[in-house]
Formats: sequence, C-alpha cells, structure tokens
Amino acid sequence: MRTITFAQAICEGILEEMIKDETIITYGEDIAKQGGIFGAYKCLIENEKLKKRVFDTPISEEVIYGSALGAAIAGLKPIVEFHFADFLFTGITAITNQIMKFRYMTGGQVSLPIVLRGPDGVARSAAAQHSQSIETIFMHVPGIKVVIPSTPYDAKGLIKASIRDPDPVIFFEHKSLYKIKGPVPEDEYIIPLGKADIKREGEDITVIATARMVHEALKAAEILEKDGISVEVIDLRTLVPWDKTTVLNSVKKTGGAIVVHETWRRAGWGAEIAATINEELFGQLEIPVKRIGAKNVPHPFSPPLEHFIIPKAEDIVKEIRDLV
Amino acid sequence: MVRWKEIPKEKLRWMYETMVKIREFETIVEQNFLRAEIPGFVHSYVGEEAIAAGIMANLRKDDYITSTHRGHGHLIAKGADLKKMMAEIYGKKTGYCKGKGGSMHIASIPLGVLGANGEVAGGIPIAVGAGLAIKFRGTDQVVVSFFGDGATNRGAFHEGLNFAAVYKLPIVFVVEFNEYASTAPAREMIPVKNVAIRAASYGFPGITIDGNNVLEVYEAGKMAIEWARCGSGPFLIEAKTYRLKGHFIGDPELYRDKREVQEFWKREPIKRYEKFLLEKGILTIEDIKNIKENIRRIVEEAVEFARNSEFPQPEEALEDLFVNDSGYDY
Repeated sequence: MRTITFAQAICEGILEEMIKDETIITYGEDIAKQGGIFGAYKCLIENEKLKKRVFDTPISEEVIYGSALGAAIAGLKPIVEFHFADFLFTGITAITNQIMKFRYMTGGQVSLPIVLRGPDGVARSAAAQHSQSIETIFMHVPGIKVVIPSTPYDAKGLIKASIRDPDPVIFFEHKSLYKIKGPVPEDEYIIPLGKADIKREGEDITVIATARMVHEALKAAEILEKDGISVEVIDLRTLVPWDKTTVLNSVKKTGGAIVVHETWRRAGWGAEIAATINEELFGQLEIPVKRIGAKNVPHPFSPPLEHFIIPKAEDIVKEIRDLV
Repeated sequence: MVRWKEIPKEKLRWMYETMVKIREFETIVEQNFLRAEIPGFVHSYVGEEAIAAGIMANLRKDDYITSTHRGHGHLIAKGADLKKMMAEIYGKKTGYCKGKGGSMHIASIPLGVLGANGEVAGGIPIAVGAGLAIKFRGTDQVVVSFFGDGATNRGAFHEGLNFAAVYKLPIVFVVEFNEYASTAPAREMIPVKNVAIRAASYGFPGITIDGNNVLEVYEAGKMAIEWARCGSGPFLIEAKTYRLKGHFIGDPELYRDKREVQEFWKREPIKRYEKFLLEKGILTIEDIKNIKENIRRIVEEAVEFARNSEFPQPEEALEDLFVNDSGYDY
C-alpha cells in the first residue's frame, strides 16, 4: 500500500468530499494562498475547480466560526480552519454559545453539518499561545462531536466521516503528526465517529490515548515488552461520542488502565474516562486507574522546560513499572 | 421629508397593524410575566415597534433576519405565528422550539428567522454566514441583522462589518439605538454621537434615522435592502429609538430618571403614526378601533393556546442535541 503524510491524508479526505458535494466550502486564515501553515490544504489549492470554494479570511475568529453556523443554516456545509487551537479562545463564544447550542435551543429545527478543524498540541518551543491542546473543553460543553486522530489512515477516514456528519464536529490535528507517513489505501473508506481502535493488543494493562500520545504509548509498550509487561494501547480517536464499550472490555481483560493525554492532567478528559472505568468496573480492577497529562502550567518556551512539562513515553513506562 | 405617497396603502396599513400587534403582544407578555405565568426573563420591545415594522415591510419571505434578546417584535413582523411564539415563551411543547429556547431563543428557519439571541451581537456572525451562503448560491436574498447600541461595542460587530464588506455580502445591519445597553446609558459607553459612522471605517454606507417614525424607517429600509439585493454590499441603518421598558420586565430601573421615560412616552411611535394615518385619511377612527380589537383577540387566543398547551415531558430534555446521537453519553 502507498504511504502518505498525515497532512496529505487530511487534504485528500477534504478534496474527495468537496469534489462530490458542491455545497461544501472551506475557509480560514492562511489557507488559500499557500495551502495552510502545515500544508493541510495544499491539494485543494492545486485544484482549479475548487478555487472559489477555498478562500482566505480576515483575522476575525468570532466571525469565522460564527459564520459557519449561518452558512450551515442557510444550506452550505462549511469546513472552517481554526488556524491554531489556541485561537479557538479568541472566537470561542461563536462555538460554545452559538454553534453548539443552536440546534438544541431551536428544538431541532436544523441539522448543522459544520467541521471546525486545525492544528493543536506541542511542537518544539511554540510557547504558551501556540502549543495548547484544548479538546477537553469541547468534550465538557455539550453540543459538538470531538475527533482527534493519530495516524494518516485514521485522519482521512475520520475527516470524511466528519464532513458527512449532520452535526457539528471539531477535529484536532496534532502539529507533530502532520509530517508522519503511514499507509493509506487509494480506495475510498470511512471511519465512523465514536469507534476506538486497538492499536496494540496486550494482556497486563490498558493505555488509553489519543493523537501524539498514541505514538508515545506504543513506544512505551515496546520498551515494556522487554520487561515482560504486555500493554494494550487503545486509540480513542473520538472523544464525543467516546467508545466506552471498547475501553471497558479491554480493562476487564487487563485489570488496569492508564489514560494518557497531552493536555493538562488536572480535569483533563482522562479524568472522565478514569472515573467511568472506576464506576463501571470497581471490584474488577487489580490496580488503581491512573492519569498522565501535562503539568498544570502554561507551555514554557525553553526546550528543557517544555520537555519537562509534557508527557512522553518514559513517563508511561515509569508509571506502568510502578504499577504492575 | 418622507415621500409617503409612494408607499402602497396596504403597506401603510400592514405596518400599523404590525406595530399594534407587537405592542399588544408585549403588553400581555408583561402582564402575564408579572403574574408569574411565564418563566425566565422577558425583554420588552415596547417603543421600538416602528423599526421591526418599517424594515420588515421591505423583506421577502425567503430573506433572513437575525434578532436579539429583545426579539419578539422582529419575529412578529417577519410573520411568526403568535400562538407558537407565546407557547414558546410559556415553555410549552407546542412552541417554536418545543420549549427549549424560550423568549430569548425563538427561531423559525422556514420564516428565515435565524434566531433571537441571548448574546449581545451574537446574531451578527450568523448573519454573515447566511450572507456567504447567499453569495455562493447566487440568489438575490438579503439578510437583515438587528442589534442594539450595546452590540456596536463588541468585537463581533466590528469583525462582522469588516467581513461583510470584504466579501460584499448582502447584509443590512440595523442598530436599534435605544439609549441603554442593559443599565448602561449609550451616552456614557459610546464616544460618538451616531454609531452609523462606524460603517464608514469598513467602507460602506451608514445612515442615522428617526427610528420612532415608521415612514422614515420604511424609506431607509427600502433603500438599504435594494442596495444589498442588487449586489452593492452591506449597509448600516442606525435607528434612534428609546427603550420605554426596563432592560427586562421586573427591572427596578435605578439607573434612569422616571421623568426621562415619561418624556420619551410622548414620542412613542404608534400614537405618532396613528395621528398621521388619521390626518391623511388612510385610516378612520373606526378602522383603528377595529384593528385594535381584532389584534387583542388574536393575542388573547395566543395566550389561551399557550396556557392550554402541555409542557414537554422531562425526558424530552435529552432530544434535539444531535441529528445522529448514536453512542452519545447523555
């Protein structure tokens, strides 16, 4: 099978859907002239037919996000690039107070096929305002589906599912993943939202992760295998809805779980998963459910500081060695 | 001077009926809110009726509007069913939003009402999006976005005006300059006399009009809506009016002098328009009496409908979040 990058996979997914459906438009900052900061729009701007439906906007996040709602109500399918997850905060009211409430507040009068997508996460000293992962916020406030893939294959299948979904979706692409390559078939496929993927099977403990941390968890599993510890790695892929069945079945088998995310540990989404495991499987757990996340400070600039606060494979290894 | 003779008689009459309908509706909502029949908050449009009526007289059914927390008037003028509106305000299942929205969130997509909005300036980005959709589809629809003077201080207003101008979107921004943003007087919070000049920063026209003169509103609305409809881009109308009631019904109104409010009652739009219609022989005293009686009956029927309607079942709180909620943890 051919291999392509994560960025290419996203682009291909959007391109295929845009060619099929003329009501899809996509806009945001810095996408149409050079194909996005991380190249996720390169294949779109090379396509003459899509010229009018891929466009740059002024730096006006509240209106960029809020206009997606108006456009969706009026019959279009907007895919909006949020530029950096950090800047979701600058226009967040249009998402949390408008997009995420509109269908419900109006008694289900409309479907809102909106995709908000863009980069998040740590990427080598981008510092406090360009490094955040804020997916927990959108898992906490009801009204949007949350997708957070880890591989090119998943990214393509999930972006297509997100575009076709009748409800608003926020789609996080970790900056450090854009350049990774992976097998992606040329034939069309879709990955349904709400289905986790077991990225590695194991017997002794379950690690639940997303995005970059899936790769860290896999690295940790390799190391621990040499110690004779068998780790199962579950990639949630979607946080809303999240695949409780796959998680609980795995933890029933292994008897223990660690949730790992790059976002802050305190009140991060891992707490929700850990609490659910405790509620549902109390008595069947051999060890306490643990959480690994970033230290509760903003992202520092200097490399050793940044390295210190974010979770990585060695933290997972250490935690598991202490537990098992 | 307004060229009122160019306005068709039926429009003159429709605007009067609409204004009276809004006034009657708001009056009864106030009474019944104070009698604790209505939950939540209600914000009265009393005194501002000429704006909704004068603008909407120029809109088609397929045109869009975005409204505000003070939105009953806009909905009524856009043709909303008073029964479904009242039922929504009462929190009943038969309301426009099945009781999930209430007074501040009534919407009707088939009527082109893209929602009242609980957030000041919250409708502006939505209006911009509808404008984008019109542009992409290539139709000649128009969006009118209503908001108050307070909204012109928000980022969404400035982002929205700029965005609409950059893409030349068919949007008419209507500022209902009613002198108060909640408890804050515009004279203290807005450093310019007329916010219409803010449109100039974005390169499109803005005009200031007497929002209590329905004929002036009609004429300005007609010009602005034609401007937007024929592809000239956005337009801003600043309609000067006065919020005769408190920010919400029950507001103690400690921030303003009662005499000021009494002074403005003398300039309220309905009496003014009535005087004009009688003077010009467009309506007789008898006509006015009949219109009022008829509307009172319709509004009372709406109240009866709302009172007699069922509340939603509690479990219905778990419906309408998503179209496809498979796997969702409620």
